[in-house]
Amino acid sequence: MRELVFLFLVIGAGTGGELCVSHAMKTLGEVHDFRPAALARFAWRAARVARMWVGVSLMTLAFFSLLALLSMENVSFVVPVTALSYVGAPVGAALFLGEKINSQRWLGVLVVCLGVTLVWLSRR
Amino acid sequence: MKDSPFLHLKTYIFLLFIVLFAPLGNVLLSRGMKGIGSAARWEPRELLHILVRILTSGYIWLGIAFLLVFFIAYMLVLTWADYSYVQPASAFSFAVVAIFGFWLLGEKVNLLRWTGIAVICLGVFVVGHTHPRTTEKS
Repeated sequence: MRELVFLFLVIGAGTGGELCVSHAMKTLGEVHDFRPAALARFAWRAARVARMWVGVSLMTLAFFSLLALLSMENVSFVVPVTALSYVGAPVGAALFLGEKINSQRWLGVLVVCLGVTLVWLSRR
Repeated sequence: MKDSPFLHLKTYIFLLFIVLFAPLGNVLLSRGMKGIGSAARWEPRELLHILVRILTSGYIWLGIAFLLVFFIAYMLVLTWADYSYVQPASAFSFAVVAIFGFWLLGEKVNLLRWTGIAVICLGVFVVGHTHPRTTEKS
């Protein structure tokens, strides 16, 4: 039960946090000027977007949840956590960011998912 | 939706920053913390001593700097590219970590891990050949 709670937190909070950060960045608009002064102004604008901080907080929660999950040393839960995070991203992006996920991108995501699973299994 | 002629190029450059600087930052932080060690007894004086060693560790400051570059690159690329494009592409950092470990630290990487890395690279290649932006510019 405890593992399932942390699993939900890692996938949900992690993906949710990154979606919030992504949405915050899109509202700021595309960056064209990469000079240090322009980047500093961009960082200042980003720091004033509330959703940015919501996203960072959720990502922090997900990080510590993953540490807790790893401390339980239950590999059967750690493997799906990291793999499912890569599936959660396009689902969340399509639902909340309006991104169009074509079949090629879905295929790529699933292949990455498989690769991440193999990498984690290789640690056993 | 009219894209900049350099959209793909700048996306690949920033993804390169992400997959290089994140693992490097983590390795440097790990190296710094291993050099400091852990507290034998959780007494204030000992914890203060550890904090001073953390704040004066070059590895840790360099690790923080690299992770800062990673996060800035990550934020910047998300101002134009899809999250569903950037996130799987950043999985290429698994390959970077393994290559650095094998090449620089002489770590043994087993066949299953190399297979996983090859599969990740294939997936990143497939995702990388979709358009980085599928939403309207804000």
